Amino acid sequence: MDNPEQPAIIQTEELVKIYGVGDVQVRALDGISLTIRENEFVAIMGASGSGKSTLMNIIGCLDHPTSGKYYLAGEDVSNLSRVQLAIIRNQRLGFVFQSYNLLARTSALENVMLPLLYNRNGKHGTISAKEQAIEALTAVGLADRIRHQPHEMSGGQMQRVAIARALINDPVLILADEPTGNLDSRTGFEIMGLLSELHQRGRTIVMVTHEDYIAAYAQRIIHLRDGKIDTDHLNGVLHRPPLQQEVLNESQ
Amino acid sequence: MNPSKVVQIAWQGLARNKLRSLLTMLGVIIGVAAVIIMIAISAGTEATIKDQITGLGSNLIYVRGSFSQIRMGGSAPAGGLVFDDAAAIADNIDGIQGVVVEMSSSETVKAGTVNIDSVTIQGTTPDFPSVRDMTLASGRFFTDDELDSKRRVAVLGSTLAEELFGEADPIGEVITVGDVKMTVIGVFAARGMVGNTDFDSTLYTPITVVFQKFTFSMFARMMGDSVNMIYVELAEGADMDNVILQMTLLLAKRHNVDLDSLDFTITTQEDVITTQESTTATFRQLLAWVAAVSLVVGGIGIMNIMLVSVTERTREIGIRQAVGASPGDIRWQFLSEALMLSLVGGLLGIAGGVGGAYLFEKLGDLRTVVVPQSILMAFASAAAVGIFFGFYPANKAALLDPIEALRHE
Repeated sequence: MDNPEQPAIIQTEELVKIYGVGDVQVRALDGISLTIRENEFVAIMGASGSGKSTLMNIIGCLDHPTSGKYYLAGEDVSNLSRVQLAIIRNQRLGFVFQSYNLLARTSALENVMLPLLYNRNGKHGTISAKEQAIEALTAVGLADRIRHQPHEMSGGQMQRVAIARALINDPVLILADEPTGNLDSRTGFEIMGLLSELHQRGRTIVMVTHEDYIAAYAQRIIHLRDGKIDTDHLNGVLHRPPLQQEVLNESQ
Repeated sequence: MNPSKVVQIAWQGLARNKLRSLLTMLGVIIGVAAVIIMIAISAGTEATIKDQITGLGSNLIYVRGSFSQIRMGGSAPAGGLVFDDAAAIADNIDGIQGVVVEMSSSETVKAGTVNIDSVTIQGTTPDFPSVRDMTLASGRFFTDDELDSKRRVAVLGSTLAEELFGEADPIGEVITVGDVKMTVIGVFAARGMVGNTDFDSTLYTPITVVFQKFTFSMFARMMGDSVNMIYVELAEGADMDNVILQMTLLLAKRHNVDLDSLDFTITTQEDVITTQESTTATFRQLLAWVAAVSLVVGGIGIMNIMLVSVTERTREIGIRQAVGASPGDIRWQFLSEALMLSLVGGLLGIAGGVGGAYLFEKLGDLRTVVVPQSILMAFASAAAVGIFFGFYPANKAALLDPIEALRHE
């Protein structure tokens, strides 16, 4: 399962997250130790309340663990300030959300350019932000939609814009939180196809889902229960790219 | 994040909500425009009054009789000023250029078939045109000889001349004033209203004629040759305080009164201007307060909308935070939006204020002077209001928890 040849992108040691104080304490994460290496495609599954959202928030540098360590690409990010976490999110991470989370009344192009606005070190200084964004939109198949605003696009198109936005700063890790949750299954497969393609090109992807047939796209599936890792196993059947009917059969 | 990006983000934020941005700015627009228009009106009024006062003639000293000191039947002059006081001033005081005495009456004036009631008959002395800054349009003013010999001559104000004679030349014509026949020897150029005095509808004649013909004999006996006012014109370079002191001593001696119970008052042009200025300064201060209040109200409007905006855009803030906006970036974005609202509002307000002042002058027949400092002040206040009232909402936005913000519907 673990391939020490590859550098670790995510390494956590005994992550604990406790919400509330005193009698009403909830241990959302209860000692998660986990290593995810470069170019892995991991699905995190679990019932609601299992802690998968909390784990995603911590992995996504949106939240601090109560205790434990989290190394992102070798850097300890467990105790960084809000500003430092913002920089990490900007330069190291790409988010894909269930509800797309695009800015309303803002063109696809501007949405994709958004992370570049907050990029402090301008590591892509040679190419203009606009060219970069057009390139990213072309890569997700939306070259002809760059001027469209979210309300003029379908769910699948909006999710493609979100993926382009996640890629724009060349992140070490893509975090997808139920990326197909708001899509019909056909469009969901398209989006999963796109994520698989990114994985094949070398991206590291961590995805939360509660659909087995979506999780089936991942190489490795981690089940959480009560804030602990329940199972962590390689996906026996890898779908790359899947035949839609097969996947449907499998999930039934 | 560099400032141009901040401005760009803030601009996009506002441009997405054009109508709301405009409505938010309205408070500041009206506030700034109100400041500029009000100050322009008060400055215009002040300038008009100043022009009128200096128009009365420069370097003037006014001596007014104060009738609190009237003593009936006494041998001394019966309070107030008499004609001889003017002569005494002219003869004894150094540093004066002219002395004018005025005593007025009101009579019916007839010229041919034209008959005008209640014309002000201004008895005065030959220095009048120079001291009161009046120019003759035609003919001449009367002389010392005519004054002494009580010649029945009249100089007409421009309006009066036109009412009596229309386009015809009045010089040499004989008019009837009350029951006295007078010869018109001159007509003044138009002067307009100065304060409450209409110089153009008045008839000017030697003061001796007024004493002789238009003062009730009973009054004349009781009051001597009493006059309303003596105007003294200061000579070039003379020391005003010294002249006033000399006159005070001279008149006190002539009237036989103590220096602490004078029966006359002496005021100068400067006194009048100072009084006027203190009045307009108070007025202006009041306007400034009203304007300040309206700006604060505008600022509260901005804060209100920014707070609504922060709540409404919580999701947007979450998205921005997720893709790497730091609390500082968010704070700057909302602060810039507030600042931009107030600055653009300020600029529109300046345009509105200057335009409004112009319209008041054009349509309202009200003199306005746009004061440059008022523009600067209004603009600076608008900016300050933007920062002050923008800070709280901006801070609120900056401190939002990204997870909560992203979950917000």
